[in-house]
Amino acid sequence: MDSILQIDNLTVSFDGFKAVNNVNTGIDKGEIRFFIGPNGAGKTTLLDAICGRVKPQSGQVTFFEKDLARYAEHEIVNVGIGRKFQVPSVFTNMTVYENMELAVVKDRSLYSSLFQKLKKEQIARIEDILVTIGLYEKRFSTPLALSHGEKQWLEIGMLLAQEPKLMLLDEPVAGMGRAETDKTGELLKKIAQNCTIIVVEHDMEFVRDYASKVTVLHEGAILDEGSVYDVQNNQKVIDVYLGRGGERDA
Amino acid sequence: MFQVRDSRFGVRSLVKSKEKFVFVLIIVVLALAPLFISDFRVNLLGKFIAYAILAIGLDLIWGYTGILSLGHGVYFGLGAYCMAMYLKLEAAHGKLPDFMSWSGLERLPWFWRPFSQGFFALAMAMLIPTLLAFFIGFLTFKNRIRGVYFSILSQALSIIFVVLFVGQQAYTGGTNGLTNYKSILGFSLSNASTKLFLYYISIALLVLAFGFCSFLVKQRIGRILVAIRDGENRVRFSGYNPTTYKIFVYCLSAALAGLAGAIYVPQVGIISPAEMGIVPSIEMIIWVAIGGRGTLIGAVIGAILVNALKSGISESFPDVWSYFIGFAFIVIVLFMPNGIVGLVKNIAGRFGWIKSKGGGRYGFDIAN
Repeated sequence: MDSILQIDNLTVSFDGFKAVNNVNTGIDKGEIRFFIGPNGAGKTTLLDAICGRVKPQSGQVTFFEKDLARYAEHEIVNVGIGRKFQVPSVFTNMTVYENMELAVVKDRSLYSSLFQKLKKEQIARIEDILVTIGLYEKRFSTPLALSHGEKQWLEIGMLLAQEPKLMLLDEPVAGMGRAETDKTGELLKKIAQNCTIIVVEHDMEFVRDYASKVTVLHEGAILDEGSVYDVQNNQKVIDVYLGRGGERDA
Repeated sequence: MFQVRDSRFGVRSLVKSKEKFVFVLIIVVLALAPLFISDFRVNLLGKFIAYAILAIGLDLIWGYTGILSLGHGVYFGLGAYCMAMYLKLEAAHGKLPDFMSWSGLERLPWFWRPFSQGFFALAMAMLIPTLLAFFIGFLTFKNRIRGVYFSILSQALSIIFVVLFVGQQAYTGGTNGLTNYKSILGFSLSNASTKLFLYYISIALLVLAFGFCSFLVKQRIGRILVAIRDGENRVRFSGYNPTTYKIFVYCLSAALAGLAGAIYVPQVGIISPAEMGIVPSIEMIIWVAIGGRGTLIGAVIGAILVNALKSGISESFPDVWSYFIGFAFIVIVLFMPNGIVGLVKNIAGRFGWIKSKGGGRYGFDIAN
């Protein structure tokens, strides 16, 4: 299969500390890929390197044959990679609808922001997505009135509105209850019909239910990669992560 | 689908139309003021209106975008100097302006020459601040210098320009600045009718500035600016380049400051480097803070009110003013983070006159 995102020999270092160390992997179209691993394994840094937030020391990330190192963060968004951060970051001084409005616009130039109104189909898409993420009724309230889970969904909705080809989600279900977690999982499945997803997550039950493939990171390097079943039965993975995570021997 | 848009603008326009109503009220009062108060007071009011134009621009960059510039006196001063150069040349009647002969210059410097045209001077009064703001903005915002670091840089800019203008006495009039104007476009500046005309021009410019900026913040860019203030990173990862927007709003606020300077000078009759310094620049911030940042009407109210109070208080108790403004600023920071407009909205919201969006808009974290 062709991978849409290819990571080759990627190393990211902070003052000599290698947060990501010689990582090689490829993400296939339509996959829901999970990056798991103990704290400090380099999962978030890996996402940061993909979306241009940190510059790699060596190696490269290619997305549909494009070398991402040549693009600024906002340009990477415009070639089709959306990023959700760990802490929900939505704009609290405007309504849910207006949050979506900023995301749905395709022409993000100064001129367009000054003079162009939303097109009808863009308004329709906002409403569609609001229904999908279950926030249609709350579209005129500000995110201050939303629960933690709803804020996460709003941010995912904003990513959806950008129509990315690849979505990077950093701990989307952290702090959610079981019901909310499952709802998020179903949402991801729905999204994955048109979009490839990379998720960083600690919740192993969530990983088991929704991952198509899992990459285990440890101290910046890839420890194992494969199906959830394979990874769970890898003794090294159990030693450094699953065993400690208290999932088996809690 | 159309319901969506209607109800969306329902809540918004209720608040906005109130602001527009208040603005119209202010303009009517200002326009009728010459009937009731002395020429001297009208002249002062004209000066405050110039300040209000500047405050609108400052509010765009600080209140909306969250960039605290402590050097807007420079842009105001540059605009004022451009206009003053024209007035000075007109007063000299083709001869060398007085201060140049005192400083030993024999010929008019080349960059002074085109300023004998009034409209060139007016255009430059906006263009030069815009270009400087573009240059500074490009270097700082592109390199992601933000928050207090930008504020400190903007203060340094102010110091540099004061030193420069004081030092280049032969070209700028030094510490004394430029003064002793006679006429503008042939009309004597000591005539009451010319003064009144200038006063109404200021009001017209204030209406234009307010109208343009209200249009601006109603467009999507208004929400993008607020988004940059509240979460620049999210904006960047939504595919916008915040640098472009920041440079744009910085240039726009500089142009408005320059325009304010240009209409200030013929009414006040003097511009000196002191007006470009850090203290006046910080006072400008205080106008916006007291009026209520993040609302254009707040900037207008703040600029006019604070300056009216200032001249009132300094007339009777000249020493008290700086204590008063300092105290007022502390009270605002502690108890009314959204200024007068915020206070009024709060009260109105409590009585159910307007739909309040719940709580304050944001706390008073000066540089985000």
